[in-house]
Amino acid sequence: MESKHRLEMKGISIEFPGVKALDNVDFTVKSGEIHALVGANGAGKSTLMKILGGAYDHYTGAIYFDGEKANIRHPRDAKELGIDVVYQEVDTALIPYLTVAENIMLDKMANEMKRKHFIRWGNIHRSAREVMKRVGIELDTHTLVQDLSLAEKQVVLIARALATNTNFLVLDEPTAPLSQTETEELFRLMRDLAQNQNVGVVFISHRLPEIFEVCETITILRDGQVVFDATIEQITQQKLVELMLGRRFEETYPKIHVPIGDVILEVKGLNEESGRVRDVNFTVRAGEIVGMTGLVGAGKTELCKTLFGAYPVKSGEALLHGKPLTMKSPHSAVKQGLALVPEERRKEGILVDEPVYVNLTLPSLDKFTKGPDFVNTRAEKSIARQVIKELGIVTPSEEQKVAYLSGGNQQKVAVGKWLIADAEIYIFDEPTKGVDVGAKRDIFELIGQLAKQGKGVIYASSEIPEILDISDRVYVMYDYTIVKEFETSEATEESILFYSAGGQ
Amino acid sequence: MTAAPQSSTSKQRLSVIIDFLSKWGTIITIFVLLAFFSIAMPAFRTPSNMVTIMRSISIVTVIATGITVSLTVDGFDLSVGSVATFTVALVMSFFVWYGWGTVPAIIVSLLIALSVALVNSFLIVKLHIFDLLATLATMFIFEGVAMTYTGGGSISQGMPRLDGTPTTGAIPSGFRLIGQSPYIILIMLVIVMLVHVFLTYTKHGRYLYIVGGNREAARLSGIPVNRYRTLAYFLSTLLAGLGGIMLAARIGSAQINAGAGYLMPAVAAAFIGFSVAGVKKPNAIGTLVGAILVGLLENGLIMMSVPYYSLNIIKGLVLAIALAITYYKKHD
Repeated sequence: MESKHRLEMKGISIEFPGVKALDNVDFTVKSGEIHALVGANGAGKSTLMKILGGAYDHYTGAIYFDGEKANIRHPRDAKELGIDVVYQEVDTALIPYLTVAENIMLDKMANEMKRKHFIRWGNIHRSAREVMKRVGIELDTHTLVQDLSLAEKQVVLIARALATNTNFLVLDEPTAPLSQTETEELFRLMRDLAQNQNVGVVFISHRLPEIFEVCETITILRDGQVVFDATIEQITQQKLVELMLGRRFEETYPKIHVPIGDVILEVKGLNEESGRVRDVNFTVRAGEIVGMTGLVGAGKTELCKTLFGAYPVKSGEALLHGKPLTMKSPHSAVKQGLALVPEERRKEGILVDEPVYVNLTLPSLDKFTKGPDFVNTRAEKSIARQVIKELGIVTPSEEQKVAYLSGGNQQKVAVGKWLIADAEIYIFDEPTKGVDVGAKRDIFELIGQLAKQGKGVIYASSEIPEILDISDRVYVMYDYTIVKEFETSEATEESILFYSAGGQ
Repeated sequence: MTAAPQSSTSKQRLSVIIDFLSKWGTIITIFVLLAFFSIAMPAFRTPSNMVTIMRSISIVTVIATGITVSLTVDGFDLSVGSVATFTVALVMSFFVWYGWGTVPAIIVSLLIALSVALVNSFLIVKLHIFDLLATLATMFIFEGVAMTYTGGGSISQGMPRLDGTPTTGAIPSGFRLIGQSPYIILIMLVIVMLVHVFLTYTKHGRYLYIVGGNREAARLSGIPVNRYRTLAYFLSTLLAGLGGIMLAARIGSAQINAGAGYLMPAVAAAFIGFSVAGVKKPNAIGTLVGAILVGLLENGLIMMSVPYYSLNIIKGLVLAIALAITYYKKHD
């Protein structure tokens, strides 16, 4: 049996332009334990682990390995101490058109070949098989990584970490994309590593049941600080949620209450082709703002996009004013009166190289044509000026390229284009992401106005306080399906987070 | 400390100069070349030589507007040269083999040529093959189709068919007019204007650019993205086919791979066109300017007795410079 190791991070602080991401954080992990690292979105979990993995070099504080100071400023430094981090995006770390064996042995091939130039394939496959045997998985080492499932890819990454000498293994939200059985399999592997192979495992997850199932110790971060650090027996699910949230000092926004009418949209048994939306049922009434919440990765974006026809529907239906909604393409969605303000603004919502007016009239260009499809630019610009004024978009003119606008103003453009289109159902996916307080207020006001006009609004966000401020009713999503419905007046931040995290 | 701001202002000055050059460099180069060749060779500046240059670029320009349209959707149609070859073969066969009249021969040739667009858009839109590679494949396919159809590549008046059948059809004199100045130049100018109006002033042109600018944003705005990508390839094929008709009228016969030589200068013209007057997008007028630059260079160099086999060195360099100007700023 190898000796026990102890890894300590002391007084770690790091700043990024405008934010103090971590503030004097202490974190200790020992060989043979599975240690949970928990916190709300943006609490600093990933940042802390990136420091441990050597991804940043401008932090302050110190890291000790077995009591000796270790200067980790580069991924290589971490590797030398046997610290491996498996980041969330497994695909970025694997080379899809190489075999399982090559991917597992990649670090060795890249760093330990030294002056050898020829690869001995027999050795590569034999060593890879040995490592896989250690983690107890069976895969043909000749399979190409691009043909593997997500769960298998994750295991390959873990195997790669173990191919070199590993003392500590960090898994950053590994279970988010996994199925129940795949998750069980991962837990078995984690336990085996900790108990039999003397590895210290750091497990980041948003899912409370998993944490209580597999972890022995837990550290909770909130706003870049440690708020709890003890063994798992000393805390309950309820308490954990409270600690994650803490007290907030955020501004609240007064909700405009408007009379709520009949059901205009009814979604029944909706399933997305590859399971990214599962058995979803919900309704939206006229003048109602429906909050759709859940943690990052719970399936909110997928639901929005499936409804909008951007993802393929496997089964289920949606009725708009009692008539079946055709969900085959965004083109048909827009024609039927749906509007989507997507989460990835710069990639999906706006055209940065086009002027403001072109962006604003894009979904409704048909209204601004004369003769045989000639664009009436004058009419476009005049409506654009009107929208700019209404939404308070800060821009020198309607002809400014959207690239030169601030994030909040870009978002107003992304929203404004649907006002001209005059839809029936407005879907907002994280509309306040990367938006300053002033713009946030404007966007909230605007959504309130839409409700007042009797439109149906779906407001998807993982920011629970926002949902509580703005919505009439809330649906909580977990694992690609809706797990709970609340009247907003009866919901609390704790209760929503509890269900978001898979609590039962 | 004092050195830093100074170097930053000189850097700024440099970027202003680069900006100016990337906007107006093409136009300046055209005038510099005009001046240079005129001084070096009095024969160059005669009106008849100017007409010759315009005539010589007309086919390239029309084919290049096809490439330009494919570029608007962030695509790339490499098959335009083969489309031209194919159209030449078709129209000549209708005249020589079947004795058709000008109008039906042109219309039917263009319609058949559009099958290339059908294959292109199927490969690109349905099978998700990269534009460049899909059209590389169709470039070869239709080069071969044209050769196979004609039985070796050439058809000319009075020439018997490959199986020995004598031919009686003639090329109508009205058709030949298309290939002569001023008609060929006028046709080119009209096509450039039509493409310009279509791309700049219609809803469809707007959508093409939007699809090219950000496909996902376009899709989520409700634009039928695949329909517009398909449209772009149909238009590029149609324009390349028109280039083929002009080529057929010009040479009065079908020759082996007649259109292939037009691909490279057309690509150069379309890319040079990107930056003209700071449009920074594929555009018809810019493409015309690009074609003028390439044509001017070619004409002048030939008159200066640069051997034809060395011309490609110069043309290739011009293309490299045009691409450098287009892409250099994007990587900042």
